Amino acid sequence: MNREVTYAAAINDAMHVAMHLDDSVICYGLGVTDPLGVFGTTLGLEQTFGSARVFDVPTSENALLGVAVGASLNGLKPVVTHQRLDFFLLALDQLVNSAAKWHYMFGGSTSVPITIRLVVGRGWGQGPTHSQNLHAWFSHIPGLKVVMPTTPADAKGLLLSSIFDPNPVVFIEHRWLHNSVGLVEQGDTRIPLGKASVARNGNDVTIVSFSYLTVEALKAADFLSNEKIECEIIDLRTLSPLDWLTIYDSVSRTRRLLVLDSGFTTGSLAGEVVARVAMSHYGRLECAPARLAMPDVPEPTSFGLTRGFYVRAGNIAAEVFKMFGMEPEYALRSLPEPHPHDVPDEWFKGPF
Amino acid sequence: MVHSISTQEKFDLLCQMQRIRLVEEGIASRYHEGKMRCPTHLSIGQEAVAVAVGAVINSRDFAVSTHRAHAHYLAKGGNLPAMVAEIYGKATGCSRGKGGSMHLIDTSVGFMGTSAIVGNSIPIGVGLALSVQIRGSNQVSCIFLGDGAIEEGAFYECVNFACVRKLPVVFICENNLYSVYSPLSVRQPEGRSIAKMVEAIGAQSFQGDGNNVLKARLITAEAVDNARNGSGPQFIEFMTYRWREHCGPEFDNDLGYRTVEEFELWRERDPIALLQTELAGSIRDFELKWERANEVLKDEILEAFEFAENSPFPPAEEAFTGDFAVHGLEASP
Repeated sequence: MNREVTYAAAINDAMHVAMHLDDSVICYGLGVTDPLGVFGTTLGLEQTFGSARVFDVPTSENALLGVAVGASLNGLKPVVTHQRLDFFLLALDQLVNSAAKWHYMFGGSTSVPITIRLVVGRGWGQGPTHSQNLHAWFSHIPGLKVVMPTTPADAKGLLLSSIFDPNPVVFIEHRWLHNSVGLVEQGDTRIPLGKASVARNGNDVTIVSFSYLTVEALKAADFLSNEKIECEIIDLRTLSPLDWLTIYDSVSRTRRLLVLDSGFTTGSLAGEVVARVAMSHYGRLECAPARLAMPDVPEPTSFGLTRGFYVRAGNIAAEVFKMFGMEPEYALRSLPEPHPHDVPDEWFKGPF
Repeated sequence: MVHSISTQEKFDLLCQMQRIRLVEEGIASRYHEGKMRCPTHLSIGQEAVAVAVGAVINSRDFAVSTHRAHAHYLAKGGNLPAMVAEIYGKATGCSRGKGGSMHLIDTSVGFMGTSAIVGNSIPIGVGLALSVQIRGSNQVSCIFLGDGAIEEGAFYECVNFACVRKLPVVFICENNLYSVYSPLSVRQPEGRSIAKMVEAIGAQSFQGDGNNVLKARLITAEAVDNARNGSGPQFIEFMTYRWREHCGPEFDNDLGYRTVEEFELWRERDPIALLQTELAGSIRDFELKWERANEVLKDEILEAFEFAENSPFPPAEEAFTGDFAVHGLEASP
């Protein structure tokens, strides 16, 4: 049965389903049992599954990730939660040197079935250290899977698959998606990792996107459709391993590629997609591939400083216009930055 | 629990230490051949702690260790030929050649891995202890670490968490006074006891002579009993000394980072010679038994090296496999 639920509720649903299906699933992280339950995503878990399996922890990011690795070596499936990705940077040793390596460097003797839930922020003054989209770092590390879903149904299905995957999975939730709604089926609705979805069909240009930027891409595509440009939007969902075939198939038809990325421009995942497509499909492209990512500066805090700072529908439409030799200013004027520009919608009143 | 040690048990401890010593001397004497092509850290001089712990815990208990782990792996019951083959990078190695000397594992005896990164395996060991607590099994998790790891943030995070959750974990710190060439004096405050500091965090703590295997065994037995009986995390600081260079087969007293006098003082306290002297006076026909035991050990070790030398390298394509575990194929714990 389908129900319309929020992205946060879909994640909460996935956690309940996973913990009900398998008593080796445990869940911990700062605040998972507090009254707010990590934006509602962990509510009810402790009450339903008990404090042995669901518990709050000390503020020790590195140790607590290694603890997850160790627990997984004895057959548990830990889900570790962080309310911002930026705090998780303290755990990079355990992520890169332990979680990503334990299976490979011991010749397959063990596996590390852990899931790391990270939330990334944007706007409302999240600033330099509450807004970093560092999925490209994680995607760079062999042995890690990286998931960044856009819709509530994908969030649920991919979180379930992440939890039951025998490998470490970095599962990244964009804060601006937590209140978005969509139809979600009940029960065990696993969606395979490593498969992109086509969020919109079109034959004129391929827009590769993921997470919140897919929302902006869909807005841009509506506008572009009125201008007789039909976008194919590929929502990657999983960044590593990446579904190259779906991208190649689409670009082969549309012959134009724009890649969106909520991370910094240099070294971005978008850069990797552009590079691979340019290398393998150079002759088929009508024009140079393009990318839109965050500028190579830390995200500032001030409302004033973040005006025009983010990639949004207008920028996307303008970039597509350039590919067709059309006037980008018209797209920017037609899709102006919303006011206020630093919230996803009225539901978000801060503080984080 | 009373832990009396029979003479036979003492002789076994001696043989265990000698086994590790001979394996590592075998590595040292062959290293220059260039067939063991990986960073290799020998524990020669530090065998007693590993053997004491190995004698107290059982094969269902967990252990994790560091870059200097040959002794811990062997004392825990890890497969010897698989370890030597791993150092040779062979397909028959315990990590199929993907890990080398610093990444040893034998899950069949609860030896769950070792890490090249200082302090890195401490949280892993604590996680194993957490899994034991959640599962309600009667195991303990032993974490081998060095004095350098005491300076890592992960150590404090882990002791704190283990205390909060009262986890069945035993931290076994081998204090050999040096982190590579850096002495304790530039790394930790003068006069501060590591054991007392850890006690202050909340773990029951011990300090002992890491070159006296009998005393080390007694302390370890008490700590392991405590951990197993629900008394929460235990910490032991064992004073000991590495004889050879930090990494590699040679002696390095010529470098001058430590004095020859200090080295000689510790070598006089060779854990093997100490127990050998003690047992020579209490076991009938000791010399004969000791000689026979050594012959058996030498044969076993020679066979392990031959096994490693004769084993094939993994096919080069294997470098590109095994980055991800596959559903249904993952090893069961």
